[in-house]
Amino acid sequence: MRRPRLLYVPFWMTYVFLYAPIAVLVVMSFNSGDSPYSFDGFSLKWYGELAGNAEIGKGLVNTLLVAAGSTVLATVLGTLLAVGLARYSRSKVLDAIGVLPAVLPDLVLAIGLLVFYGTVKMTLGLHSVLLAHTVFGMAFVAAVVRTRLTHADLSLEEASRDLGANAVTTFLRITLPQLAPGIAAGALLAFTLSVDEFVIAFFTAAPTEPTLPIVIYSMVRFGVTPEINALATLLLAVSFTVVIVAQRMTRLTESLS
Amino acid sequence: MTGSTVSGATAVPRSRRSRALGRRSRAIGRLVFLGPGLAYLIVLLLVPLALILSYTVFRRDRFGGVVYEATGENFTRLLDPLYLDVIVSSLKLATIATVIALLVGYPTAYLIAQLPRKWKTIALVAIVLPFWTNFLVRVYAWIVLLSGPGLVNSALGDLGLGPFEFLYNQGTIVTGLVYSYLPLMVLPLYAAIEKLDPQLREASANLGARPARTFVSVTLPLTLPGVVTGCLFVFVPSFGNFVIPELLGGGRSIMVGNLIRDQFLKARDWPFGSTLTLALLAVLIVLLLLQAWSARRA
Repeated sequence: MRRPRLLYVPFWMTYVFLYAPIAVLVVMSFNSGDSPYSFDGFSLKWYGELAGNAEIGKGLVNTLLVAAGSTVLATVLGTLLAVGLARYSRSKVLDAIGVLPAVLPDLVLAIGLLVFYGTVKMTLGLHSVLLAHTVFGMAFVAAVVRTRLTHADLSLEEASRDLGANAVTTFLRITLPQLAPGIAAGALLAFTLSVDEFVIAFFTAAPTEPTLPIVIYSMVRFGVTPEINALATLLLAVSFTVVIVAQRMTRLTESLS
Repeated sequence: MTGSTVSGATAVPRSRRSRALGRRSRAIGRLVFLGPGLAYLIVLLLVPLALILSYTVFRRDRFGGVVYEATGENFTRLLDPLYLDVIVSSLKLATIATVIALLVGYPTAYLIAQLPRKWKTIALVAIVLPFWTNFLVRVYAWIVLLSGPGLVNSALGDLGLGPFEFLYNQGTIVTGLVYSYLPLMVLPLYAAIEKLDPQLREASANLGARPARTFVSVTLPLTLPGVVTGCLFVFVPSFGNFVIPELLGGGRSIMVGNLIRDQFLKARDWPFGSTLTLALLAVLIVLLLLQAWSARRA
């Protein structure tokens, strides 16, 4: 098909716009000088500084704890909810409640939970962030698993029941394995979203137990330091790897099915 | 139970007892599958939202507590120019960001849709990739680029220009918003353009329409649902944002998000903060209803 040549201008501008700031961060993270603005020579010293930063280390551990916990909880609840909504309910209202956390602005959910924790006088800490992240994680897991459910073969479950397997065995041996790729994708999504999540964590975390995004936020607010460039580069490397691996995996499962 | 009738061996007429059993197992299934998730969402989603709603009618006492007496003063305070201006300017900034994202995103999505299959995947992944990196890191990148001694200024300085104050104005906020949410514009646009039958455009051209005319009368109307979805995806997170205006806008309360944050974390005025949150939500609900209405018409 004809591709109007003029369109290449905004097309390339988009990619330059998206990647130029990222490229600058990566280059500056290898700066040997102290200025975050001028490149003096290659060095890994900011990565060394980063490794010795206790605040960032603590934030990272907290983030991983919250993400791991909320992913487990969100995956179990989300998978059950997806099966329940698809097989045991025809209610549009329940469907809407199931997707609500995914479409609600993060600030609204954050405020709601802050008010809720305050009203029931719950002390804030990592557990309050974990519970909060489970709310939206669950919605994303349920959404992914549900699309998988629509492709699942119902006759296999019927065959299992007819051959004498009870409901629990049928669910564990037939339904669950069919849903496994969807559950894995949903869990990966919930984990990634939790690791990156800032707004809800900011309102529901205790000041003494910040997650990594909260640590980054306070560093950025305080001013520009080359250490953040090194941290940013590492985070970019991790996210890029995860996205590309996930992309490969989905292509693999697509070609298998 | 189609399998049993086919195999024949286990085909038993359904007795009243087995029907009762079926009903009971459905009830158990409903409880086991829907119960935990819904209970969780009721406690940690619906109750919190209901609390926001109920706090709007109370007021703050002198020590940051809440006086549980019904009052309408939060809503009259909302109309105070001090706050109304912030809401209006949030609407303005989010709208400008959405329009720019659309103007940049549409041609990009259009071109991606025409690329050969292999390049299409690469181009799409490249659009999504920045979105999966930490949001704060992406905002921070703009501080490095634009701040007083930043890279753009030093590059301009080499040309004998500047230095300029790029940061801490509404333009930088819009730049940050467009940068952060552009992928959310491109994806639905791409999906809509991709679905378009190329023969329609060819037919339009064969009937003598110029490319511009074809675009306005054929391509654009048929991809309008994608345009609406993309605009919502950019507008919703932009309108309620407080990080970008804080970091790139200089920390003053210029958008509703900052105002809400300040009510909860600085002024400790939960009732008014809840009222502002409700106002934010109300604007977004109106937009979603408009979208549903336009989707039904199309």
